[in-house]
Amino acid sequence: MNKFDAGLKKGDFITSECQYCAKIVWPPSNYCNNCFNCVTWRKVSLYGKIIEWSKKGNDIFCISEFENTIRIIGKLDTKNKTLGSGKLVKLSRCSLNGKCKFFFTLVE
Amino acid sequence: MNKVAVVGYGNTKFTKNELPIETLLLESTKQVFDTTKNLSQDLIDGVIVSTNDNSKYLGAILSELAGIKPKISHTVEHLCSSGTNAVVSGFSYIASGLANTVLIVGADKIGNPGQILEWDKSRGEFNHPIYWASMFTKAHKRQFNTTDEELAIVSAKNHKQAIDNPNAYSHKPYTISEIMNSKNVTDDLRILDCSYSCSGSSSILLTSEKTAKKFTDEPIWISGIGQKTNSASFTKNELTTLSSSVIAANNAYKMAKTTPQEIDTAEIHDAFSICELMAVEDLSLTQKNTGASYVRNLFNTEDRKINPRGGLIGAGHPLGATGVAQIIEVTQQLQNKAAKRQISGPKKGLVHNMSAAATSSTVLVLES
Repeated sequence: MNKFDAGLKKGDFITSECQYCAKIVWPPSNYCNNCFNCVTWRKVSLYGKIIEWSKKGNDIFCISEFENTIRIIGKLDTKNKTLGSGKLVKLSRCSLNGKCKFFFTLVE
Repeated sequence: MNKVAVVGYGNTKFTKNELPIETLLLESTKQVFDTTKNLSQDLIDGVIVSTNDNSKYLGAILSELAGIKPKISHTVEHLCSSGTNAVVSGFSYIASGLANTVLIVGADKIGNPGQILEWDKSRGEFNHPIYWASMFTKAHKRQFNTTDEELAIVSAKNHKQAIDNPNAYSHKPYTISEIMNSKNVTDDLRILDCSYSCSGSSSILLTSEKTAKKFTDEPIWISGIGQKTNSASFTKNELTTLSSSVIAANNAYKMAKTTPQEIDTAEIHDAFSICELMAVEDLSLTQKNTGASYVRNLFNTEDRKINPRGGLIGAGHPLGATGVAQIIEVTQQLQNKAAKRQISGPKKGLVHNMSAAATSSTVLVLES
């Protein structure tokens, strides 16, 4: 299991980062996709913004972007009717149990 | 570089049947032998299988089942565009002189594993293609004011055109209203805006200029190839442009020394209705933000220029076979052998095949 998966399993959302290139390496990988040096790992900021969203039944799902780089699709817990791109969200929970799952709440 | 032609082909019907992958592969291969003049096993020096099936060593298995002992045999897997990727490999072997005649056979079963890319963790639990298609649709609606009716016209047109394709999965016509009122898969996607995974197999025979006329009086030349991979992760994508398709198309036009205006017919990767609206623009077949009116006009005038065999929505989508089936359709159109689907006097055709929400694309230009 790689460090990203291990973090997710513990409920931590982490990313790889290259100290040499000073950039986030996403999707998570053991090596920088620019210089191929080993990456370091750190927690991702929990605050991001909605890029796009839709709904299936009662579930709202959306692409959220964190640190202007990392985009993930997760479930949004909100009853706010004025949902839209650019709205701020917080990553409230993440997990890995067979599938990885991300959950967001709207920052009102 | 040797010129490369399509000189033979075979198709099975696309169905819900769960047949063994080896059976599917052999069915369309048999048709190539049944319908191509002067073809014998000893003339084939390459066998390439295109599939997402988990079975191993299928290039060698198919070769043995078909009595071929090729120099080169292997499998190509590239999700939905495995078929055209296999053809690009076969083209390259012939163009370089490494092989002279290559059989490309694409097949998949209805429950094939190619629909889900487990590696892409950025999709979270929303890893089925309906979720990226919903995002594409929502973003397109917002940016270009695209309507549900405009999306439904794509599906109505392609279902209608599939009626004249004897190998199509669906032969049922749908009205725009029926499509708009079909079951919501998500708030932005209806079931009739989706292509269906199914079972099927399609084969083509490629050869060099020096032997093309041995197999057919009407070789169809692959004059342009463009490919681009931007990423594997969907979430790195732009949502209103198939940017890998734009680059692949420009490279294919350049190689073929042609322009989009000279394309008479095109097979477009309409995995979902939104994909056709985006693709006709991104392949420069019409200007940006005119895709919906362009397709509406085709529908209203019964012009079969785009997806004459019914596209993925009408014909079905057996992933490994799809790109090969698209090439067969354009070949038949350019040979004036497309029966009821035939458009008037085409000289140049285009094939657009893409994978994983257009994270990668392949575009081919074919000429008579």
